[in-house]
Amino acid sequence: MSASIKDRPADTGARDGKLSQLVDWIDARFPMTKMMQEHMTEYYAAKNFNWLYVFGVLAMFVLALQIVTGIFLTMNYKPSAAEAFASVEYIMRDVEWGWLIRYMHSTGASAFFIVIYLHMFRAMMYGSYKKPRELLWLIGMVIYVALMAEGFFGYLLPWGQMSYWGAQVIVSLFGAIPYIGEGMAEWMRGDYFISDITLNRFFALHVAAVPLALIALVVMHILALHETGSLNPDGIEIKERKDSNGIPLDGINFHPYYTVKDLVAIVIFLILFSGVIFFAPEMGGYFLEHANFEPANILQTPEHIQPVWYFTPFYAILRAVPSKLGGVLLMGGAIVVLFLLPWLDRCKVKSIRYRGWTYKVALTTFVVSFIALGYLGMKPAAEPYTTLSRIFTALYFAFFLFMPIYTSREKTKPVPERVVYHG
Amino acid sequence: MSEKSDLNRRHFLTVATSVTGAVGVGFVAVPFVASWLPSARARALGAPVEVDISKLDDGAMVRVQWRGRPVWVVRRTQVMLDRMENSGIELRDPDSLESIQPNFALNDFRSLKPKILVVLGVCTHLGCSPTARFDVAPADLGPDWVGGFFCPCHGSKFDLSGRVYPAMPAPTNLTIPPYRFVGDNLIIIGEETGVAA
Amino acid sequence: MNNRIKRLFSVATLRAFMAAVFVTWTMGAMAAGDTTQLLSANNDIGNQASLQRGARNYVNYCMGCHSLQYMRYNQLAKGLGISEDQLIDNLMFTADRPTDMMTIAMPPADAATWFGRTPPDLTLIGRSRGSDYLYTFLKSFYVEEGVPTGVNNLVLANLSMPHVLWELQGLQKAVFEDVANEDGTTTHAFRRFEQITGGILTEDEYNQFVRDTVNFLEYAGEPSQLERRRLGVLVIAFLLVFGLFSYYLKKEFWKDIK
Repeated sequence: MSASIKDRPADTGARDGKLSQLVDWIDARFPMTKMMQEHMTEYYAAKNFNWLYVFGVLAMFVLALQIVTGIFLTMNYKPSAAEAFASVEYIMRDVEWGWLIRYMHSTGASAFFIVIYLHMFRAMMYGSYKKPRELLWLIGMVIYVALMAEGFFGYLLPWGQMSYWGAQVIVSLFGAIPYIGEGMAEWMRGDYFISDITLNRFFALHVAAVPLALIALVVMHILALHETGSLNPDGIEIKERKDSNGIPLDGINFHPYYTVKDLVAIVIFLILFSGVIFFAPEMGGYFLEHANFEPANILQTPEHIQPVWYFTPFYAILRAVPSKLGGVLLMGGAIVVLFLLPWLDRCKVKSIRYRGWTYKVALTTFVVSFIALGYLGMKPAAEPYTTLSRIFTALYFAFFLFMPIYTSREKTKPVPERVVYHG
Repeated sequence: MSEKSDLNRRHFLTVATSVTGAVGVGFVAVPFVASWLPSARARALGAPVEVDISKLDDGAMVRVQWRGRPVWVVRRTQVMLDRMENSGIELRDPDSLESIQPNFALNDFRSLKPKILVVLGVCTHLGCSPTARFDVAPADLGPDWVGGFFCPCHGSKFDLSGRVYPAMPAPTNLTIPPYRFVGDNLIIIGEETGVAA
Repeated sequence: MNNRIKRLFSVATLRAFMAAVFVTWTMGAMAAGDTTQLLSANNDIGNQASLQRGARNYVNYCMGCHSLQYMRYNQLAKGLGISEDQLIDNLMFTADRPTDMMTIAMPPADAATWFGRTPPDLTLIGRSRGSDYLYTFLKSFYVEEGVPTGVNNLVLANLSMPHVLWELQGLQKAVFEDVANEDGTTTHAFRRFEQITGGILTEDEYNQFVRDTVNFLEYAGEPSQLERRRLGVLVIAFLLVFGLFSYYLKKEFWKDIK
């Protein structure tokens, strides 16, 4: 790569005199240009990103979408047991374009998890969690947990049958904790059952507390990423080889090269997203569950009760254990082990491209198990599902627990010095 | 291909994508902006209201609510109308040219039927609701008062057709809402013809 | 050459991913099949004539007990493509104004006394249960001795609702058969319906009557659905154009990268 290419973004033509004065005026008071350079025009990312690298930007895009649509939904939603369900129908029918805003938000929730799961899968493929990016991974995991909390609190708000009984089940999980469990569940509900009081506080958490935390965490995540620099599908630290100007030899300016590339990804995402919103907003009952079109009935549980699809892998793990406390602990453990990933993986090579067959088999098994658990979590608690759930739960944990063993003696391939890129 | 044509192409594509993107953002803004318009419920609640004036006495007034605001219906007497016509007060906008009313109300009585006044009871100054003062020459409003409406907030005075006195805080006459009669005694407030206004 | 193999790996992983989806899917398909077979409603939400007939059916036969409390009459007129006068003349019997909600006058407490439970609001039944369920439900009433309503239903057993449409459909009985299972137990399996008395409508007419009613309920569940699909085509068309520009823009800039 020649130096002239690097120069191009800076030479965007002669600026209008007035405009440049204004920029100077701002820059003397706020690091606008400096931030733009640091995070966009002079942030160098490896040139060999593949399609799996778009999901970070997509996740930010969906977050923005959820915040905007969410704010507009709160303008008409009523967080009270008496009015919540009717207010959602009010949005769907009486508010101008309310149906579109609501579908954007409900589809956005599922889209968020699809994007985040693929983003995490990418990190596991190419070792993005490894030294020096352990903290980046941890912040990301906290974002993931916050997102699950956000999804859970938000799911109660329509006050349908699934909302109600889903919240009932999840809050009851905390009741499994010895000694303090029951008291804790009561404290979370603020009542002896999921009631108006619970709905009101979940609303506050969903629209204010968790989103604020999410935004702060995302900023931290990006700052951490830009500190270490993005990794790439070859798992090579591009900062180790720089030209005479101190620019990584394999790096290209994030703006414009990755902004235009990510734009294509955003448009493709929007096409799929619109496909769901306009042609299948319920997505066959996965994004909007059929039973949730019935208002919450405190006296009657729906026949088939299951969490929304993005929670079902963990729900399957919960049900795989024939003891309440054991199930809760294992489910919690399934999330905790993800946090430990940077320390469980002993292999020095980052990218799966140069790792041994053991990790390839292990990761494939993990992905298959995760998807299978997700499917099994939607099925009734009966055979053969229970046995299958147990098998896949075992495989899920095996991936993590045996990782220090199978990764420390992994037979890796030599990692090239420069990234692999075919123009 | 030369370097120059490449840059031209790049420039064209940048502009084309930016413009299309901006148009897209504009489209997306529409539902969000439009969601602030009165909803079907608001429109239902703001639907025309019916007032039966068969029991309204001469010189009496009835208040009804239309779109969350007070509408007064007054059965003025001939005496009241005469007094108003002969008061000699120079009104700010006697012909209601700067004020809001349906075209049918562009007359001295500002009404469909001379005696029946239908007027929005909201002061055109800052939105207070004036009080009806049909008494003549009361102590507080002075000997020249021939009956009308008085706004307690900032002292604006209006005559019995809702026309504002000169040098008052209120800039224009009280607003006349659209309304129509069905028969002699039934007034539909909120529409002028059979179609919703 | 070596590089190509490396690049292939992401393809291989993708394939594994697909395989996982496929395996779990078929696993589920094999274990499924426990639900009552539902008939296909074959209704068309875009058929306004059917929606109009369905609305009339609903107002005449269902709305005595079942409200549509989230639906406004004028919204209904819009979806059905009828004027406000037609609405008032044909569909509005209990309401005063076209902007009113389609509620009913029956007090819930009385209803609970008469029927054992309050007849549910049906605005969203099309979404919570689906058209096929409703279609099958309305065709699956059968005579049963010893219950207050004289009927039972195949898809909603022991319901407290009488067969409101019996005059139209006539009465039918259900034929069950005891089937021996492999493990020695027997299953009381439904075989077929047999008509006992004829109704005002022929079987085809009754099917159409039910289809129209179900079609209307599907519409009532989500009145914006036709508009939604229309708009979707335009939105995606726009996005394709935008996508084309951004794709060529990306290609143009990436010419720099070697």
